Amino acid sequence: MTQVSMRVDGVSYTDEVEPRTLLVHHLREALGKVGTVVGCDTSNCGACTVHLDGQAVKSCTVFAVQADGAEVTTIEGIGSQGDLHPVQKAFHEMHGLQCGFCTPGMIMASIDLLKENPNPSETEVREGIEGNLCRCTGYQNIVRAVQQAAGEMSGSSDTLGAQA
Amino acid sequence: MTVTEDPATAEVAPEREVGKARRRKEDARLITGRTTWTDNMVLPGMLHMSVVRSPVAHGKITNVDVSAAQQAPGVVAVLTGRDLAEEQGSIPCAWPVTADMVNPGHPSIAVDEVNHVGEAVAVIVARSRSAAADAIELVDVDYDLLPPVLDMEEAVKHEADLCHDHIDSNTSYHFVFDAGEAGTGGDTEQAFADADVVVSRRFVNQRLIPAFMEPRSVVVQPQGDNFTMWSATQIPHVLRVMLAMVTGIPEHKLRVVAPDVGGGFGGKLQVNPEEVIALLVARRLGKPVKWTETRSESLMAAHHGRDQIQYVDIASTREGDVQGLRVRILADMGAYLRLITPGVPALGAFMFPGIYKFPAYRFECDGVFTNKVPTDAYRGAGRPEATFAVERIMDELAVELGMDPLEVRRRNWIQSQEFPFTTVAGLEYDSGDYDTATQQALDLLGYPELREEQRRRRESNDPVQLGIGFSTFTEMCGLAPSRVLGSLSYGAGGWESASIRMLPTGKVEVVTGSTPHGQGHETAWSQLVADQLGVPFEDIEVLHGDTAVAPKGMDTYGSRSLVVGGTAVVKAADKVVAKARKVAAHLLEANEDDLDFSGGKFTVRGTPGTALSIQEIALAVFAAHDYPEDVEPSIDADATFDPVNFSFPHGTHVCAMEVDTETGFVKIRKYACVDDVGTIVNPLIVEGQVHGGLAQGIAQALYEEAVYDADGNLTTGSFVDYLVPSAADLPHFDTGNTVHVAPGNPIGAKGVGEAGCIASTPAVVNAALDAVRHLGVQDIRMPLTPERVWRAIHQGGDGGDRATAGSNAYGGAQTETTAGVSTPQSSLGGDR
Repeated sequence: MTQVSMRVDGVSYTDEVEPRTLLVHHLREALGKVGTVVGCDTSNCGACTVHLDGQAVKSCTVFAVQADGAEVTTIEGIGSQGDLHPVQKAFHEMHGLQCGFCTPGMIMASIDLLKENPNPSETEVREGIEGNLCRCTGYQNIVRAVQQAAGEMSGSSDTLGAQA
Repeated sequence: MTVTEDPATAEVAPEREVGKARRRKEDARLITGRTTWTDNMVLPGMLHMSVVRSPVAHGKITNVDVSAAQQAPGVVAVLTGRDLAEEQGSIPCAWPVTADMVNPGHPSIAVDEVNHVGEAVAVIVARSRSAAADAIELVDVDYDLLPPVLDMEEAVKHEADLCHDHIDSNTSYHFVFDAGEAGTGGDTEQAFADADVVVSRRFVNQRLIPAFMEPRSVVVQPQGDNFTMWSATQIPHVLRVMLAMVTGIPEHKLRVVAPDVGGGFGGKLQVNPEEVIALLVARRLGKPVKWTETRSESLMAAHHGRDQIQYVDIASTREGDVQGLRVRILADMGAYLRLITPGVPALGAFMFPGIYKFPAYRFECDGVFTNKVPTDAYRGAGRPEATFAVERIMDELAVELGMDPLEVRRRNWIQSQEFPFTTVAGLEYDSGDYDTATQQALDLLGYPELREEQRRRRESNDPVQLGIGFSTFTEMCGLAPSRVLGSLSYGAGGWESASIRMLPTGKVEVVTGSTPHGQGHETAWSQLVADQLGVPFEDIEVLHGDTAVAPKGMDTYGSRSLVVGGTAVVKAADKVVAKARKVAAHLLEANEDDLDFSGGKFTVRGTPGTALSIQEIALAVFAAHDYPEDVEPSIDADATFDPVNFSFPHGTHVCAMEVDTETGFVKIRKYACVDDVGTIVNPLIVEGQVHGGLAQGIAQALYEEAVYDADGNLTTGSFVDYLVPSAADLPHFDTGNTVHVAPGNPIGAKGVGEAGCIASTPAVVNAALDAVRHLGVQDIRMPLTPERVWRAIHQGGDGGDRATAGSNAYGGAQTETTAGVSTPQSSLGGDR
């Protein structure tokens, strides 16, 4: 067992983990951060995406020990009911989710995308989130949501209607 | 009782919720990670189960040595099929499509033999998930290998190897529908004998995997002789009944809960072997047990969909008037019959004629056993396969006749004034207008410009050719009228149940038996009830998915929820109003017949200013100090709705496709569709359902295939190999609607969950073919990987039935050893 310390959604945790423990399992099973989910085991689907020191990572591809000393942000740490992150708000407004299982990862990946490219084109959004799979939406409303959030975050009032 | 300040407001019709693009109530928990997925659940003393699965497709189990696993750290128990043989029963099959259908029986955990890779042979129960997983490889199973049966056309030959040696062929059933014999059409053989033109094709509708994003998961908690199961299922109600029948645990001692469920698409319409095993293990150990699958387990052991070989003949006059349709299909059951495995192709049987007025029709289907995981429902379930066949053969007929494919369709489709129309398959199509939907879809696409561009590219011999493909489809939805299901030998009905509880504070609880897993029932049902009862949308809570909370239901599949379940909600609301009317008459000291109900208030006709809201009545009957003598002090109500007919959404889908003739790469240039799903309760949700369906239908055409190698190994056993498309793989969709109200239910809805998925696949393939027909290509096998498209253009045929050796089904990645190397096997399309 190895001791790891990390700050997750603003709270500091120190735990003993098996070195092989994946970050996502540590988050879910030791810390109760079950908002972050496991979809595929092969880093294809991105459902487990969190931010590690501000960068989007697939937490099924990171060992918990690699996050030692790091700041981790999950879907549970970016906003709350009544104080949603603009990307959360946009996913709701644009109907960018159906079953919602991919949504935590999709939102975390989208926030990271918008950090790198605050005003992405449709193609740039599609390519920017291609590491995250959604089986429900066909992606069109996710793309709209990301662009809507981009507009809001850059202070532009130019929002796309959900019913284009 | 209140007296309204301004009598004029009572005159204004309240704003209707139905039709509004309400943002979903469900989202609040989903976008913040405050979800209740089954795998999130932790119970005190909970044990974790893992499954040891067969690595061979077909063999006798000669020995199972679990001693090492039993000694592993943290392992509490290891159980084999032998240990559970006496109590596990057989996974139920609810749809014996013919009287003599052969069901080989389906043990949840293999006892003597295994019949597909991934079949459970032992389970490990341990203190932690990782301890259970670690012990899997310590279980030593010996198999005597038997030849795997994998190819349906081989499997039905005389003296073929057998999938099950205790039954005498690989054919489970032979199902026939003959319109001549049924009295719904003419003599098919005669129609073909008399026809000017007959076109025959063999289509392969490949095996797909539903690939819901949330892996299956189940938690069972024993409490004395009671058991609660939480499961990532579409069908908690059906599951409860079936688990009782399979295990003998009395139904009233079982509670099944479907908490937040991350997609299903038919893939969670099942009584899963792992659910049965988890229940038996929890009962045996007296402890809570959890099992959550890995993605590879999901792809390998959860049921698949589609997988038909279709032989389709169409008869026509020289002018393009269709005379007959003859369909023979081989439908791959896989190794066992699960819940509705045999029923899927039989459900499709009635949809092969599509929207066309065939005078004669004959359908024959063989359900064939192979050593693969069973097939069962996947979004559309039988109807996508039928739609693919008819929309492909209509194009082939047009080519044969030298006619425009739309013209051939238009000549033969049902005209709007002919509804209701009884088809050659005996179905009564309810309403629609195929002409209008088609014209609108062409407008959305920008059809003339694209045809012009196609001509230019063809004339200039552009390496990138353009094609346009159509699918003018209908589907039978709203599953289903119970009497019709009975006539088709289905084991249950298709009604749906709802209850409405009027709470003393004026809030409303709506209980639905239709269990959602992403469809937005909580939002749409709130809209329905808000209109019926005149209460605010926000004051309504929709309860579902727990057999203790919503005790009756038939759950969610077959685009049935709104059509059947939503109607039950409306009817329950009508009963609430009827009961409230009696109380209102009493309290207002008026005659019931003199009361108007609008905007949630009862008013006395001719007595302005007097009003009593339904919320006030709810409080009054809660207090129950003053209510009529002849009624009970409650305005709550239940309703069960059983439709008399299916509903028939329809639409026209048009795909414009670029095909790079030098690389075989295909790219959807534009996709437009106009769907008629009847009344639209929430346009946002409807559009979302269409988008999602399109993605899955397009994925069948372009990306997805469950591939088994010659030994019966699933080679597409992870998301690296099974290509669920990403955002970058899909186009923008231009969608629209026409609205022809469904006459069969008071909402007027037809169902939308499956439309996009059923319609899109043939439009995409027809588009690709339209781009390269002039190069001599007649067919390209799905999925249209670049390799297959290239082979079809440059080597003829349909591009082969397998990707090259060493490549995955997508035709993308190659292993080091085979990259760039052509072997005799690879050039034949064989492999591995």
